[in-house]
Amino acid sequence: MTTFDPYAPSRDTTEGTVYSVTGQDWDSLVQEIGSTKEERVVVNMGPQHPSTHGVLRLVLELEGETVTEARCGIGYLHTGIEKNMEYRNWTQGTTFVTRMDYLGPLFNETAYCLAVEKLLGITEDVPERATVIRVMMMELNRISSHMVALGTGALELGAISPMFFAFREREIVLDIFEMISGLRMNMAYVRPGGVQQDLPADAIPKIRDAVKLMRKNFKDNTTLLVGNSIWMKRTQGIGYLDLAGCTTLGITGPVLRSTGLPWDLRKVQPYCGYENYDFDVITADTCDVYGRFLIRMNELEQSLRIVEQALDKLEKLEGAPVMVADKKIAWPAQLAVSGDGMGNSLDHIREIMGSSMESLIHHFKLVTEGFHVPAGQAYVAIESARGELGAQVVSDGGTRPYRMHFREPSFNNLQATSAMSEGGMIADIIGAVASIDPVMGGVDR
Amino acid sequence: MTDQGMFGARGTGDTSGYGGLVRSAASTGSSERPYGSYFDEVADDLERAYPLFSEAIERVVVDRGELTLHVKREKLVEVSMILRDTLKFEMCMGVSGVHYPADSGRELHAVYPLLSITNNRRIRLEVSVPDSDSHIPSLVEVWAGNNWHERETFDMFGIIFDGHPGLTRILMPDDWQGHPQRKDYSLGGIPVEYKGATTPPPSERRSYK
Amino acid sequence: MGLEEKIPSGFLLTTVEKLAGYMRKNSLWPATFGLACCAIEMMAVGSAAKYDISRFGMEVFRASPRQADLMIVAGRVSNKMAPVLRQIYDQMAAPKWVIAMGACASSGGMFNNYAIVQGVDHVVPVDIYLPGCPPRPEMLLDAILKLHEKIYDEKLGSNRADIIKEVELAAMNAKPTIEMKGLLA
Repeated sequence: MTTFDPYAPSRDTTEGTVYSVTGQDWDSLVQEIGSTKEERVVVNMGPQHPSTHGVLRLVLELEGETVTEARCGIGYLHTGIEKNMEYRNWTQGTTFVTRMDYLGPLFNETAYCLAVEKLLGITEDVPERATVIRVMMMELNRISSHMVALGTGALELGAISPMFFAFREREIVLDIFEMISGLRMNMAYVRPGGVQQDLPADAIPKIRDAVKLMRKNFKDNTTLLVGNSIWMKRTQGIGYLDLAGCTTLGITGPVLRSTGLPWDLRKVQPYCGYENYDFDVITADTCDVYGRFLIRMNELEQSLRIVEQALDKLEKLEGAPVMVADKKIAWPAQLAVSGDGMGNSLDHIREIMGSSMESLIHHFKLVTEGFHVPAGQAYVAIESARGELGAQVVSDGGTRPYRMHFREPSFNNLQATSAMSEGGMIADIIGAVASIDPVMGGVDR
Repeated sequence: MTDQGMFGARGTGDTSGYGGLVRSAASTGSSERPYGSYFDEVADDLERAYPLFSEAIERVVVDRGELTLHVKREKLVEVSMILRDTLKFEMCMGVSGVHYPADSGRELHAVYPLLSITNNRRIRLEVSVPDSDSHIPSLVEVWAGNNWHERETFDMFGIIFDGHPGLTRILMPDDWQGHPQRKDYSLGGIPVEYKGATTPPPSERRSYK
Repeated sequence: MGLEEKIPSGFLLTTVEKLAGYMRKNSLWPATFGLACCAIEMMAVGSAAKYDISRFGMEVFRASPRQADLMIVAGRVSNKMAPVLRQIYDQMAAPKWVIAMGACASSGGMFNNYAIVQGVDHVVPVDIYLPGCPPRPEMLLDAILKLHEKIYDEKLGSNRADIIKEVELAAMNAKPTIEMKGLLA
C-alpha cells in the first residue's frame, strides 16, 4: 500500500492485507497529525461510552475544546436483519422487524405490516378494531420512547433525576404492554392482517387510570427542566440545523419540526385512520436542542389525547374481530393463558382437531408454509417517534420476502451530527446527539 | 390471488421443501396512461421540464398506488435535479438496493423513494445496472442525505457510486470481504447443536417457495 | 460458629475466603456495556424506578472499565463490535466477572447469520448465562444474585489453584453436547 490512510493503516502479510482497526494505531496517527504543526487532537469517543446513546463511535478532531471535525462510525450493531428475513415467513418477519428500533417496536411492526397488507391488497379489509388497537399501542410506544429519549438525554447532560422520573413513567406504559401482549418489549404483537390477540377484559379501565396517572407524573419532569436556567444554558443555541439543512439531509421527525415546519405524517399522509383523531402537531422555531426537547415533552400530551380517543372508540367496538376475515391470511391461533403459560386456547384446539377440517388445514399451512403475497414492491411510511419510518418490501409471489429494506429515521438523522456539532464544544455534541435521539439498532439494522 | 388459490403446489409440485428456496424474478412491464391520481401530473411536468424524457425514462410502472420511474443511469443526475428543483421533490428517503440474479443484464437495482413536502407527493426512482458493470452516478450532490445510504448500498450489494465523497463500508467491518445482502452470499449461520442432533441454519433448512 | 456464642460479645469468626467473597459480592460495580434491547431492560433495572439495583450497591455503572468488576454484556454482539468487547474486558482489572444477558449474548439468539457472534463466550469467558429476549428485569436481578453466590464461594490461594485444576480436568473430559443422550435415547 503506497497511500497512507491514517484511520485504517494496513500491512501486507502472507495471508493478505491486514488492517489495524482496534485503535492501537494512534502513534502513527499522532505522528501524521503532528507534522501539520497545529494543535489538533483526534479523539475517539468509542463505541463503548456512557454518553453516546448506544454503540456509536464519534471521531472528533479537536482544537482545544472546539470541535473542528466530527465523524460518526456506525455498524457496531449490524445484525443482518434484512437478509435474515428473506429466509423466514411473512408473519415471522414481525419478530425480526420488532428488534430493529428497539425503543419503538410497535412502530417497526406496524410499518412492516402496513407494507405487507398493501402488497396483499387487504388494507381496506383490516378490521377497525385492529386499526384502533394499533393506533393506541403506537401512541403508547411513542410515550415510552420519548421518555427514554428525555431520560437518557438529561442523564448525558448531567441531570440524573429526570431519568428516574422518565423510567417510572415508562414502567407504567410497559405494564400496559405486558397486560395486552404478554411482553414488555419486542412484543411481535402487530401481524399482517391485524393484531395477534384482542385486549383482555379489564384493559380499558386500567389504561384510563394509567393515562390519568401519567398526566400527573409528567408534571414532575416539566417543572424540573422547562425554564430551568442551567438546562436552558446547556441546550439553547446548541445543535442548530435549519430547514434547508434538514431537507437536504432527508431529516424528519422532531428535528424537522424544530425548524418550524409542521410536517407530521399522521396529519399530511394519514394511515391507520389517523385522520379521525383530534390532535395537534407540535413545532418549535428555534432549531436547537431546547426546541426539540420542548417538542418531545408536548408530544407526550398529544399522544395521551389520542390514546383517550382510541379508548372511546374501542369501547364502542366491543366484540369486533381483530384479524382480517380472510382465513387464508389471518393468523389462526387464538391464544389463552392456561396451566403452562400462554398458548393456543383449548377451544381452538378442540375446533381444529374435532370439528373443522378446514381450520386445521389453514392452521397447518399458515404456520408451516405461510401465506403467499403477490409479486410487486411497496413503500409505506409512518411517523415513528424519531421521524419517518419507511418499509420497502419486494415480493416475488412467495411465502418469504424477496427483499425487505427499512428506511430508518435514525440513519438519516445521524448524518446531521457533523453539521450540528462542528464549531461547537465537545460537551455540545452530547446534547446535539441526544436531541437527534438515535437508536443504534435502527441505524445499523 | 383469487384465480390460483392460496395454498397448493406451484411449479414442479414439490411441496416437501427439500429443494431449497427458489427465487423468481419480479414482474416487468410498463403501465399504460392514464396512471391515476397525481401520477399523470408528475409525468407531464417531468416531460415538460425534461425534453429528453423518453430517452432517460425506460419504463413507468404504476402498481398498488405507487409510481415508479425506471431511469437510465446516465441520465440519473439530470432527472434528479429536475425532480428536485422544478417538481419540488425536496427529500430523498434514501437508497435501497435489490439484487435480481435471474434478471441477467439488469441484476442490481437501486431504488430511491422521493418525497415532495410542498405538493405532498411520493414517487420512486429505480435504476438497473448489470453485475459486470455495477456503477451508478452518485446523488450526494443533489440530496446530501444519500451519503450514508449509498455507502450502505455499496457495502451490502457492491454497487459503486461514482462521485461519492467517500465510498467505504459502513455497516460491516472495514476489511470485510463480500457484499452480504446479495443473493449469492450465504446467510452464514451455523448449525445449532442439541443432544444428539443439530438443526441447520435458516438458509439450509427445508423451505417453501 | 459455636465458639462465638461462648466468648463474650464482639467476636465474629470466619475464613479469609468468606470475608473476601462477602466484600466482593456486596460492592460489585457493573461496566456500561449495553448494546441493544437488553440494554434498555438493564437501564430499567439500574434506574431505581421499580427494579432497584442500588439495594445491592450496584447502581454505579462505571463507564471506565478500570473501575468496574462486572461486565453485563447486554445485547447482540456483532462481528464489528467483538474486538471492542475483548478490549474492554482486557482493560478491566481482576477480579472480574461477565454475565451474558439475553439470548443474543448467550448464543447468538434468533440471529444465526453472518453478522452476529454466536455467543459472547467466543470472545470472553462468561460466568452466568441469562436467557430471555429480553430478560425481564427480575430475571437480571436473579442472575446477579446467583453471581453473588458464586462470588461468595470463590476460593483463594492454593484452594483456588486446586479448584482451577479440577474445573479444567472436568472441562477436558466433558462430553460435547452432540454426544450427550437426550430424553429419547
